[in-house]
Amino acid sequence: MENLIHINVTDLLGKKHKIQAPSDMGLNLMEAIRANDMQIKATCGGMAMCASCHVVVCNSRALPAMSEDEEAMLDDAFLLDIPHSRLSCQLKLTPELDGLEVRLGEGTGE
Amino acid sequence: MPNYFFLTKRVIETDILIIGAGPCGLFTVFQAGLVQLHCHLIDSLPTAGGQLAEIYPKKPIYDIPGFPIVLAGDLVNNLTKQAEPFKPGYTLGERAEYLEKMEDGRWKLTTNKGTEHAAPVIAIAAGLGCFEPRKPEIYNLSDFEDSGVDYIIKDPEKYRGKNVVISGGGDSALDWTIFLADVAKSVTLIHRRTIFRGHLDSVKKVNDLAGNGKISLVLNSEVTAINGVGKLENLEITNFDNDQITKVSADYFIPLFGLSPKLGPLKHWNLSLHKESIKVNPQDYSTNIPGIYAIGDINDYPGKLRLILCGFHEATLMVQSAYKYIYPDKNLVLRYTTVSGVKAF
Repeated sequence: MENLIHINVTDLLGKKHKIQAPSDMGLNLMEAIRANDMQIKATCGGMAMCASCHVVVCNSRALPAMSEDEEAMLDDAFLLDIPHSRLSCQLKLTPELDGLEVRLGEGTGE
Repeated sequence: MPNYFFLTKRVIETDILIIGAGPCGLFTVFQAGLVQLHCHLIDSLPTAGGQLAEIYPKKPIYDIPGFPIVLAGDLVNNLTKQAEPFKPGYTLGERAEYLEKMEDGRWKLTTNKGTEHAAPVIAIAAGLGCFEPRKPEIYNLSDFEDSGVDYIIKDPEKYRGKNVVISGGGDSALDWTIFLADVAKSVTLIHRRTIFRGHLDSVKKVNDLAGNGKISLVLNSEVTAINGVGKLENLEITNFDNDQITKVSADYFIPLFGLSPKLGPLKHWNLSLHKESIKVNPQDYSTNIPGIYAIGDINDYPGKLRLILCGFHEATLMVQSAYKYIYPDKNLVLRYTTVSGVKAF
């Protein structure tokens, strides 16, 4: 498939997973992580309302700016102070994200 | 004869004891009512509705059959209304903690506050577990949990005439600040940033209250220490700009940073689990323990979909099985509400 992108995701045990996902289906990163059978809590299902899909971005990519909701949610969950924190449910998969590296935040597990 | 009644603790008795008052739990009451079974609901939150009421009451839902669009909060209100004819009992603001089998074969369930319930059937409709408040990192915070620190406001009257400090920047921090401004002796709202999220008119109201001197607004700051002997007496607030610490006297400190779900005590009930879910038989959503069922987001079976509408289906089938479990010798005939109506208790 032409529109597949690759993203490196480090799980809570430090293991790296190279996941692939289509960039033209309107998926977000949380959904892609889930679809690749990785454990991610994502309680609210993608509404930027729980912070249990928190990731830390490990390499530089031109990411879309945070919405006010995302920033406020990260702040409420005391995660905004961790540099490069994002909610993976708010990162829409686009071709620009190919090669992105993220690490799952602690709140994504039990 | 002396009256020893005060020595006997009242045990709440019912047919199906439902853990979790979210959409599935509420619809179970309706379905159970149709076959004349009584229900009682337990929820760790102070109001019914689960995630829908607590996390996204204003979000529209589009996949409830018959409702092209419905707000989560409205759906919950309607489900509560639909359950009303069957007079469900509620134990709210308490967490289902201990489960044990009684001599007569029924289950006894005790909450974290010591309320006791007895029922032949337990239906776990606990969604993603019980919601627990996010707590700011203050080393001795837990020492004051019964003596000045509250994470959930159950009875606002408690704060009448008291000095209250609220911390947080979301809707609940704003709403309670506005509400308590007329109740408490003083209200201080502390936020770690300079802008608030939440409804614009709430933000405006809070700013107006601060402008009129009705409340104190402390921005770009957070509570870093709490002090008191036996009960909360004062808080230390650190300002991020200059690291200056200000002491504020307080009777109550209410951190409102939202809630996050935890599977909680039912992890220890010997149920067969898969990750954070309870494994069930997809025929009737029974668990590995006879008399205990699990429905909705908390269960797992091949093909499981975490959708409200699937939870309704599960609740319906589960009640049929629960009926047969409670009355093994009785026959249950499916009757349509269009034919028999709803016979209220």
